[in-house]
Amino acid sequence: MFDQTSFLPKKELRDFRTRIQRIAGDKIAPQASWVDEKEFFNCEVESLLWDHGLLTLTFPEKYGGYGKDQTIALCIAVEEIAKACASSALLLIIQAVGSFPIIHGGSKKLKQKYLPQMSKGRKLVAYLVTEPTSGSDIANIQTTAVREGNEYILNGSKCFATSGGVAGIYSVLAKTSEGNGSSSFFLVERESPGLSIGRTESKLGQRGSNTTEVFLENVRIPTGNLLGREGDGFLIAMKDFDMSRPAIAAQALGIAEGAFDAIIQFIKERHTFGKPNADHPAIQTILADSATLIEASRGLVYRAAILNDEGKNSTKFASMAKCFAGDAAMKITTEAIDAIQVLGGYGFLKDSQTERMFRDAKLTQIFEGTNQIQRLVIARQILKESM
Amino acid sequence: MFQLDEEQKLILQSVREIVQKEIKPRAASLDEVGEFPWDAVRIFAKNDILNPLLPRKYGGVEISLYTFCMIVEEIAKACASSSLLLIAQAEGTLPIIYGTDESLKEKYLKRLAGDSQVLTGLGAIEQSVGSGIFSLPTQAELQGDQYMLQGEKCFAKNGSVADFLVLYAYTDRSKGIHGISAFVVEKGFPGFVFRRNENKIGMRGAIYSEISLDHLGIPRENLIGQEGEGFSNMEKTLHASRLFTAAQAVGLAQGAMEEAISYARRRVQFGKTISHHPPIQFMIAEMATGIESARLLTYKTAFLFDQGEWKRAGTHAAMAKLIASDTAMKVTTDAVQIMGGYGYMKDYPVERMMRDAKLTQIYTGTNQIMKLIIGRDLTGIS
Repeated sequence: MFDQTSFLPKKELRDFRTRIQRIAGDKIAPQASWVDEKEFFNCEVESLLWDHGLLTLTFPEKYGGYGKDQTIALCIAVEEIAKACASSALLLIIQAVGSFPIIHGGSKKLKQKYLPQMSKGRKLVAYLVTEPTSGSDIANIQTTAVREGNEYILNGSKCFATSGGVAGIYSVLAKTSEGNGSSSFFLVERESPGLSIGRTESKLGQRGSNTTEVFLENVRIPTGNLLGREGDGFLIAMKDFDMSRPAIAAQALGIAEGAFDAIIQFIKERHTFGKPNADHPAIQTILADSATLIEASRGLVYRAAILNDEGKNSTKFASMAKCFAGDAAMKITTEAIDAIQVLGGYGFLKDSQTERMFRDAKLTQIFEGTNQIQRLVIARQILKESM
Repeated sequence: MFQLDEEQKLILQSVREIVQKEIKPRAASLDEVGEFPWDAVRIFAKNDILNPLLPRKYGGVEISLYTFCMIVEEIAKACASSSLLLIAQAEGTLPIIYGTDESLKEKYLKRLAGDSQVLTGLGAIEQSVGSGIFSLPTQAELQGDQYMLQGEKCFAKNGSVADFLVLYAYTDRSKGIHGISAFVVEKGFPGFVFRRNENKIGMRGAIYSEISLDHLGIPRENLIGQEGEGFSNMEKTLHASRLFTAAQAVGLAQGAMEEAISYARRRVQFGKTISHHPPIQFMIAEMATGIESARLLTYKTAFLFDQGEWKRAGTHAAMAKLIASDTAMKVTTDAVQIMGGYGYMKDYPVERMMRDAKLTQIYTGTNQIMKLIIGRDLTGIS
């Protein structure tokens, strides 16, 4: 129903979408409800995503990457999977986000060692940035990395780590000095002595994803595991956002489309008040508003992704996409429940898809920078451009 | 209207204490387990607030709807599910109060008096009808001195626990809505079959039951009023119910805002508490403005009911329910937003409030239906 192709002149990407659509519909959609209910990290879905190369899309090509269209490919895959199951889509996002500092900051030697481990050895990556007292305020992290001989010693507590309990590799942000430009990324292995997993969080939505605390207590790593140079941490995190924010936006877009599809399906099925569901003005209003928001979201998401793939500055569009698509998904999923209720259905019951989508959508307004932060980023970029 | 009298002050003070001590600490586990709030029944009964609308004549305290709304609001600040218990009780009581039968009132209303823990409720909704409530398929037929009812009810609040419920059914379908009648049915009546309770996104500490009426026999004297009086009875009850939903939504929103403000004043980011950041202040300003508007409209609606201005009260109840529940949805969603990752976690109450708020946009008629009602009332189209 939606125009998903005019933005995608490349046949290769269109075929890629068709392939993901099939996988998501056949294999991922059927498990979406129970992974949510049981808060279950589904290893079968993880294997499926590995099988189809979806957890290495942003890797260098020789390690299974998609190549120069990787951001848009990631967004397409995330969108299609999120239509069926947002938790499964989140796995793709966090894999790309967590491996970014390694791919773009790691030395040649480090990459030769770890990228095959990750792609062939199928290791998940988690991104350890957020701390109990440091959310949006990344510069205020308390975790420290102190150099001693040819090692760094890491100490600190990280929270809300997606895939924290199931990852084999961690990209950890830690302070290497005081003041500006003081943080750096490090690669830490799961087996490192001193690294421990804290509790697993119980969340409102995206409950099929794994969110944990991770503690670092005198974790010793070789100096070669520093990603980029000392002090590059903030910069790498910002570049990572240019990819991750369109990806979160794509997730929001997928959730919104999933909710929209649920309304359409309901309209086809039934009559209410003696007339076809499609004839109710209240439903038509919701459909019109939702479809408009979905098309506008897609425009922003794809534009941000393609700009990033072209190597152009995409920060403003990445934030616009994340902010707009997240807010749109929240509105659409909220109203999808209404629409189905108006039609005599049970959008708010646990056995409906829409109530899960409503809970899942909320996270897209929050993570990878709350939408309040996105607005600051957008304003700052605009002011920079116009000065 | 802005000045509470001594009695109202006393009642609200005591409700606040009960809520802090007994209701708030139980809210999270009630939601998690999805159980009926039996503790709340006991506590509310002991404190005369389980059935505060009950007329004095039948042993009640007979507070105004305005006072009742303030009580619902207070409870909903901490636990919407527990406030729904009061609403369900009122929904089962009002149709009997609005009816004309003295004997039915004597029989059933008196059972709710004092510290009684007798539960009641309303069965108005039926499968595949949803908001098209007057197209209910349940049929009642007089056979000797009994009405035989055949049909199904869903989303009956308190359905599985109520000692008696009010039900609506067609006694004469050819008369359209004027062929609807109201009945009081007791739990033990043969043919009154409990099917299941629903598993809901929010208000999980409240019961919504599916009930089958399988050759349910109801004594003739349990007809409320005359045959055909069910529609106006149901309409009055539903209008009052929308008012209560509005009060509940105002309370929910207020509770969520207080959580968000308290968090914003503690959480430090970028060197100061986030309450200093303009985007957070804007969100709080919008929350407070929305809540105050919704509260005023809710109180005005309650006032119209108390004055007996039924027609205006009906339209206002739809408006109050619309603005209050939309406000509750926005405020709770933004409260999660202000609290960020923490707000999204089960450890904090705002994610529960957000799920609870969703239901206020839906029950007693979705907000899309509220707009139709308001639009029709104002343009004179029926």
